[in-house]
Amino acid sequence: MSSPRQASAPTASKTSVHSSPAPIYTEFHPRWYRPPISTYWWLGKWAYVKFILRELSSVAVAWTVALTLYQISALVRGPAAYSRFADRMSSPVMIAVNVVAFAFLLLHSITWFNLAPKAMVVRVGGRRVPGLLISGPQFLAWIAASAIIIAIVVMWR
Amino acid sequence: MVNRETEPIYWTLFSAGGVVAALFLPVHLFLFGLAAPLGLIRTPAYSSMLQLLHSPITRLYLFVLCSLPLFHFAHRFRYTLYDGLQIKHLNEVVFACCYGLAIAGTMAAGYLLLKL
Repeated sequence: MSSPRQASAPTASKTSVHSSPAPIYTEFHPRWYRPPISTYWWLGKWAYVKFILRELSSVAVAWTVALTLYQISALVRGPAAYSRFADRMSSPVMIAVNVVAFAFLLLHSITWFNLAPKAMVVRVGGRRVPGLLISGPQFLAWIAASAIIIAIVVMWR
Repeated sequence: MVNRETEPIYWTLFSAGGVVAALFLPVHLFLFGLAAPLGLIRTPAYSSMLQLLHSPITRLYLFVLCSLPLFHFAHRFRYTLYDGLQIKHLNEVVFACCYGLAIAGTMAAGYLLLKL
């Protein structure tokens, strides 16, 4: 059996007689020790569960976009399609799904706004601006945007 | 697909989509998924909704509302499967499905809003 070690070791030792010792080649790369991680590693600790729930809020985001696209396409197709859309939204299963999705959307919004002061450390005059001054305006913008959209949808005639 | 050069693009889309989703999506789901079906508000009439939809500002708004949050979803869901559920061997498939969905949704939104 001819391994790369046997082939290269003599030449390597000849060329570097008095300098550094010849590198020792091993045939295989040593395996790193990586302990296998369970699929459910995040179930042990509430902080990890919260992390996974926060990440899963993206499913509720995609779901809400899908409903919005459905709503737009119903409006494009005409009054009959729009009333079918309204009927489907009133089904108990749909309302139950939307209650859960809405809770996830709130989780996304709250964690997203609270994240900003952690990602962005603002210093004024050498002192760190408190997190509430950074996340606070975002919560206010959220409330204002929601109020404007509710007003438009409810009052538009 | 994902490397040192392209990752900032995906991350920027994730971040921008996260802002749009956080600010605007809850009120949409509340109005059309909960308030109207449960009778808290009157279901908006077809004619008034269509009139709203004819404004270019509404259309631009709805396009952004549908597109960016889907890219937010694509990035976040991809890493949920990767880190959370430890699905690492299907990385390329997951990537293609997540971003394929985001691009399909963006195209659907563009088509619907331009068709009007």
